[in-house]
Amino acid sequence: MRIATSSLDLRRPATLESALQALRDDARTPIAGATDLYVTLNFGTLEARRFLDLSRLAELRGITERGDTLVIGALASFTALQRSPLVVKRLPMLVEAARLVGGVQIQNRATLGGNIANASPAGDSLPVLAAVDAAIVLRSVDGERRVPMTEFYTGYRASVMRPDELITAVEVPRVEGHQWFRKVGTRAALAISKVVVAGVRDGPRAARFAIGSVAPTVVRARKAEGVLAKGGKIEEAVRALQAEITPIDDLRSTAEYRTAVAGNLLRRFWAETA
Amino acid sequence: MPVTAVGQSVSRKDGIGKATGAAKYADDLTWPGMLHGRTIRSTVPRGRIRAVLFDFDTTGFTIVDHADVPGSNMVDLIERDQPLLAVHEVRHVGEPILLLAHEDKEVLHAARVLVEYEELPPLLDPEGSEQTFKTITIDKGDAAAMAGADLVVEGTYQTGHQEHIYIEPNGVIAVPEDGGITVHGSIQCPFYALKALKALLGPDIPARVVQTETGGGFGGKEEFPSIPAGHAALLAHKSGRPVKIIYDRVEDMVSTTKRHPSIVRHRTGVKRDGTLVAMEVEVILDGGAYVTLSPVVLSRGCIHAAGPYRCDNIRIEGRAVFTNTPPNGAFRGFGAPQTEFAVEVQMERVAEALGMDPVEFRRKNALRAGDTTATGQVLREDCSALAVLDEAVRRTEFARKRTEYEGTDRAIGLSLFYHGAGFTGSGERYLKSRARLEVTPTGVRIATGSTEIGQGTRTMHAQIVADALGVPYESVEVAQPDTKHVVDSGPTVASRTCMVVGKILEECAVEMRSELGKLSPAEYFAKHGAMTVERMYEPPDWIRWDDATYRGDAYATYGWGCDVVELEVDPDTFDVRLLEVTAVQEFGRPIHPALARGQIEGGTVQGLGYALLERVVMRNGAMANAQLTNYTIPTTLDVPEIDVVMLENPYPGGPFGAKGLGELPMDGPAPAVVNALRHLGHDIRAIPATPEMIAASPVAART
Repeated sequence: MRIATSSLDLRRPATLESALQALRDDARTPIAGATDLYVTLNFGTLEARRFLDLSRLAELRGITERGDTLVIGALASFTALQRSPLVVKRLPMLVEAARLVGGVQIQNRATLGGNIANASPAGDSLPVLAAVDAAIVLRSVDGERRVPMTEFYTGYRASVMRPDELITAVEVPRVEGHQWFRKVGTRAALAISKVVVAGVRDGPRAARFAIGSVAPTVVRARKAEGVLAKGGKIEEAVRALQAEITPIDDLRSTAEYRTAVAGNLLRRFWAETA
Repeated sequence: MPVTAVGQSVSRKDGIGKATGAAKYADDLTWPGMLHGRTIRSTVPRGRIRAVLFDFDTTGFTIVDHADVPGSNMVDLIERDQPLLAVHEVRHVGEPILLLAHEDKEVLHAARVLVEYEELPPLLDPEGSEQTFKTITIDKGDAAAMAGADLVVEGTYQTGHQEHIYIEPNGVIAVPEDGGITVHGSIQCPFYALKALKALLGPDIPARVVQTETGGGFGGKEEFPSIPAGHAALLAHKSGRPVKIIYDRVEDMVSTTKRHPSIVRHRTGVKRDGTLVAMEVEVILDGGAYVTLSPVVLSRGCIHAAGPYRCDNIRIEGRAVFTNTPPNGAFRGFGAPQTEFAVEVQMERVAEALGMDPVEFRRKNALRAGDTTATGQVLREDCSALAVLDEAVRRTEFARKRTEYEGTDRAIGLSLFYHGAGFTGSGERYLKSRARLEVTPTGVRIATGSTEIGQGTRTMHAQIVADALGVPYESVEVAQPDTKHVVDSGPTVASRTCMVVGKILEECAVEMRSELGKLSPAEYFAKHGAMTVERMYEPPDWIRWDDATYRGDAYATYGWGCDVVELEVDPDTFDVRLLEVTAVQEFGRPIHPALARGQIEGGTVQGLGYALLERVVMRNGAMANAQLTNYTIPTTLDVPEIDVVMLENPYPGGPFGAKGLGELPMDGPAPAVVNALRHLGHDIRAIPATPEMIAASPVAART
């Protein structure tokens, strides 16, 4: 650990209200599983020293149905997502994504809310939430607001979330049609995504498709979807998709590879869900 | 008839301690008044040091630079070219400049040291380097015979760096005692570290080295630990207190040695019937910024560069060159994985160019007893190239699958390989390795410098002694390698710990048995008191080697292997999924079948990682992906169960017929994987063969 842990300031509120008040009072970084945060803490690159530990807020752990809406508490762990009969039934591709996040120890600690708040473009749950038009529920002492997942991020590791807000839940409207998920990591397990995609086939011409690790934020492939909705050829949709992503060369992969694989996965999705 | 230990998978001597957590590794140890040490390192690949500034309150710190060295500031290895602490210039990122110690680890890590450099243009391309650490030429027959070939195939092959990824990073504690310094640490070769400490500390400060329980080495703790050991010793000497230095994973990956990257060029001439006419091989190893062990890595690489094939006319020319990158060093296989990758892919391409089946081509040319190697060594009956090839082909139904997989996403490929056991040429003679056996009140104790680094040294040595002495395995103890109490058995490297040190122990045990008469060791002790037997290694008397011409018996014996890899390439993502991996290996005779299998499985997985996943990304001379997240080694999901076949062909010069094993399994997986990819039509000439590379590789038109 390269950062002096004795210098860290941690508060651990017992209720959501006190947590929100604490965030209003002074700037703190909320933590839940701390699985992403620990990496930077260990490397000595983390700037934050003041934290708000949300782990006691049991009310944010639940996974419930409200009418047609699946409501997933922000503190639901990836293990909880895999075990939830509701998620298994209504959003099986989130179960698939949850199984491929890190290893079992990480899945036990890491939370869906944390994956969203961490705002990495490689977050494995993000394309799933973007493809199904999920809404992120944000709370502050002033009240609650809902932001569509597709409008949540504003840039690389940047979102509309204010420093005094917490993600409390994710709301997923009923999903009809075939769900499809694919993660392309640097190896078979314990890998960060090089490309990660989620799709819903709503009908012969209708698809919702989202893709991660190919742009500063998760990308909902509206243009490719539009081509398919108008009855366009899949190759035309692939070209549209490749035009709306902006992959880069990095430590894990290349722009060229990501572009090619993004296209291949759209083709595969379209063929397998036909 | 008592059950003998050799050939049985007896319980490991170190098993319970490691399974229960009782085993103490370097970072588990603490001393009263101990300080923690930290290394300030270069952040530029080449430059002159203009100033070193302390941006912290130095109270309570011990600070050491090159001026504090009592003896020589140069690491005492092959060449004395590498400073323990930089003086005026730095030649690579991560080069040690200054040492700090403090009793509070957090205060230590918070200290800011600013180094100002005059940066100079670094040399990063090994092909562009004119500074050569070592050149080697091996000539057999006349390579000009190439002119008489029906067909000449050329190719250039490249391999990247590889990280050892021992579970335990480097760590040492230096303790001032009895007017000298004792270093306890995660060390493969305590007597190498001792030699380096003696040179560093000078004649007035006695040094001693004690190996702590070690979490893996793979060569990475062969020569490298002399540096942290020296650093901790300098801090301990200056402060008068024990000093612990433990690298975290990032520091270990950025600044310690790796496998040498290679560029290997082949020209191979063949007759239409597949007979090898001539081979020309050029080997370039990137040595990094200092010599370390590069000359001997190059030597082993060159000796293995023609592969396990008979050819009358061979010229191999190798060079290890300087670049402004962290020095590369020992890594399981020691140059052979690089050159055997190249030759095995080249042989596949030659067979392809001839329109010949790759198995037939290899069968025709594989070395047999009585054949001569590239150095002119006449092979004896312990040559098993054909045996491993035939068994691997039969067992995997290679021919059937080769045809069946045509036109699918599946493929099958193989590699034939060998590995010389023990030090090269006259090396074992120069080493004069010793081993000692001591009678104790309860049995016998082995006192050697050989280290247990996870591979099973203690267990395997105790088995050999138990059977040679005719005593129960349980009554044999193994002393902790401590340079004050054990003899120098030579380094724990080069697949020599079983074959060479095990042989000395066998001879010690035989001699002790004749001294004991009919008594058990404990009975002898009760009656006569202590007795020790110490012997020195005598290599087989027929070994002839000429270091000047590189002619003769390069190794006393060789292990032989054939790996078969079946894989599938995902047509969308180009991910390679390994379906079946078969490793047929002959290494004399397994002393401990479960440990031997572990060596083969582990080495094969390490080789598969080398082939497909493990990519060191260098940016401006520094490893940019120095973390286990982005330098990916195989997980259990990346590797299928490995079908391990251990063929026996006892070597008369080894204990109970055993040869060396540790490195052999590392040589075969990469070419087998790449040859399988070739079967699919991907013309891959470099590893790691990442999905990015496969996606970009042209699918060759195949005949």
